Amino acid sequence: MTTPPDLRSEPPTLAPPSATTRTARRPLRWTRVLLHALLILGAVVMALPFLWMILSSFKPLEEIFLRPPKLLPMAPTIQNYETAFATGGFLPAFLNSLYIATVVTAVSLLTCAMAAYAFGRMRFPGNNLLFAVFLATMMVPGQLTIIPLYIILGKLQWIDTHLALLVPPALFNAFGVFLLRQYVRGIPRELEEAAAIDGAGRVKVFITIILPLLRTPMVALGIFTFLGQWNNFFHPLIFLNSAELFTLPLWVNQFKGAYSSDWGGLMAATTLAAVPFLLLFVIAQRQIVEGIALSGSKT
Amino acid sequence: MSTDLRAATPAAAPSGDGSRGRRSSPARRARRRAENALALAFLSPQLLGLTVFMLGPLLFALVLAVSNWDGFGTRSFAGLANFRWVFTDPQMLTSMRNTLWFTVIQVPGMMVSAFLVAFMLQKAARGRNLYRVFFFAPVVTSSVAVAAIWLWLLNPELSPINNALLQLGIIAPDWLQDPRTVIPAIAVVSIWQGLGYQMVIFMAGLENLPRALLEAASIDGASERQKLWRITLPLLSPTILFLSITGIIGSFQVFDYIYFFLDTTAPSSARTIVYEIVQIAFREFNFGRGSALAVVLFLILLALTGLQLLAQKRWVHYTE
Repeated sequence: MTTPPDLRSEPPTLAPPSATTRTARRPLRWTRVLLHALLILGAVVMALPFLWMILSSFKPLEEIFLRPPKLLPMAPTIQNYETAFATGGFLPAFLNSLYIATVVTAVSLLTCAMAAYAFGRMRFPGNNLLFAVFLATMMVPGQLTIIPLYIILGKLQWIDTHLALLVPPALFNAFGVFLLRQYVRGIPRELEEAAAIDGAGRVKVFITIILPLLRTPMVALGIFTFLGQWNNFFHPLIFLNSAELFTLPLWVNQFKGAYSSDWGGLMAATTLAAVPFLLLFVIAQRQIVEGIALSGSKT
Repeated sequence: MSTDLRAATPAAAPSGDGSRGRRSSPARRARRRAENALALAFLSPQLLGLTVFMLGPLLFALVLAVSNWDGFGTRSFAGLANFRWVFTDPQMLTSMRNTLWFTVIQVPGMMVSAFLVAFMLQKAARGRNLYRVFFFAPVVTSSVAVAAIWLWLLNPELSPINNALLQLGIIAPDWLQDPRTVIPAIAVVSIWQGLGYQMVIFMAGLENLPRALLEAASIDGASERQKLWRITLPLLSPTILFLSITGIIGSFQVFDYIYFFLDTTAPSSARTIVYEIVQIAFREFNFGRGSALAVVLFLILLALTGLQLLAQKRWVHYTE
């Protein structure tokens, strides 16, 4: 796979290409073609399942069981979408997901930034120790605390209500506290001191100086949190029973259980659940990818 | 509610006053107390969450692990019986083996494919963002939607994959029902969904490599392969360690796909640790055994992470 000559061809030469550089260029071009061929193949492997889902959602039942299967629907129908909508669950589930993800993201961002400011800037006894406790909890898998959490939320009468999905993640996000605290530490103290000389207190400094300066990591953390909540399956599955409270992943799961042989309907339901966010992703892909990369690589 | 900021920053504190040596001047103590109260106020929401939703449940889980309890009747002390059950029950042992098998396939599979894609994207000057959209799309999709798509692609009657293999003369198995293929099939789905995330982390790592080093190697006549093995990979070793630690933790928690594919009736060969925790705790309502299994999972993850952190001295290079 290696082509020694391409090293020599790297510095661009203004002189007319000699015979040697021309032969040297050719393998480079071939590796480039191969490179893009492989990448296109990879992109197809990633895209084809989505395409299959969308196209299959428009196929009538007899085409779904057609052998060999065809990619394109021959007689497109929206009957699968009628089935999916007939359950009446899609819109409520969409709104439930949106509501939970939005509230958790907003409240969690605020509480994380507040804690991050205290850890990053204030001197109080046990600062480092407490921060270490926050860090250590990141090692605890959610499955270890889910059983006691279920019991505690049961005592609070929050099981089978949205509170079970809203309050715990909004009030506890060790990763968010950690990420923002790292950024708070990086903010030059001079900015706050200048404000303090002007008579601003801690609260004012936090609102007018710290929060605006934390914009980049907060957007990244917000995307990360929203996505995690939007796609969460584990907690809603365990905490919710009533269909009207279901989030999108639970609705798709319920649809699959109720219409186990209606493959077209399942694909329509899945398309409805997945496509809005996929569209949003395509539009804001730079922000989303970089936000998630930032959240990931800072750890 | 607002304290003077200067209290906390020695640099801004008024200097030259006589009280410098006397640490406990009343004014200073009051200021410190105000600062402490303010810190507590800023911390209080997350502190409440930490206590009620993390530390409390954590201690409770340890108590439950040595208890007999179904959540309703009286709780009784069980000693280590729940743990004995975890390590002797044949299905638990099978489920642990399944989880390990999943990790053995998924973690290296995802890391190698994610690195290869990132490496190729780094080399491809054009279209990098466009390719990235494709590889990253499954990352932002819910695991349930991904599982629904793959439920179709892995169904022997419907699968275009099975059909394509049939045309090559290969009779493909019933992926999710065949005990030999179910775990590898779920690993493939998981790699397909997760590789975009690792790819992005690898790309950030590749972007930050010191270019001068690679150029110097080129001038010295190093081949592409030498540069990859001698420079790129060693310099990426902190990224590799990070992805390996988080990847192993994630892979041990595999649940969503299995639950969606096989519901509450997954066959023995498809069950994993977290699947068992959910079944035991929330179907059978045996909180003691479920918690014991969760504690074992936690200890396994702690041990694996600890081992990797210990072993890093041998292979991880930090540039600073």
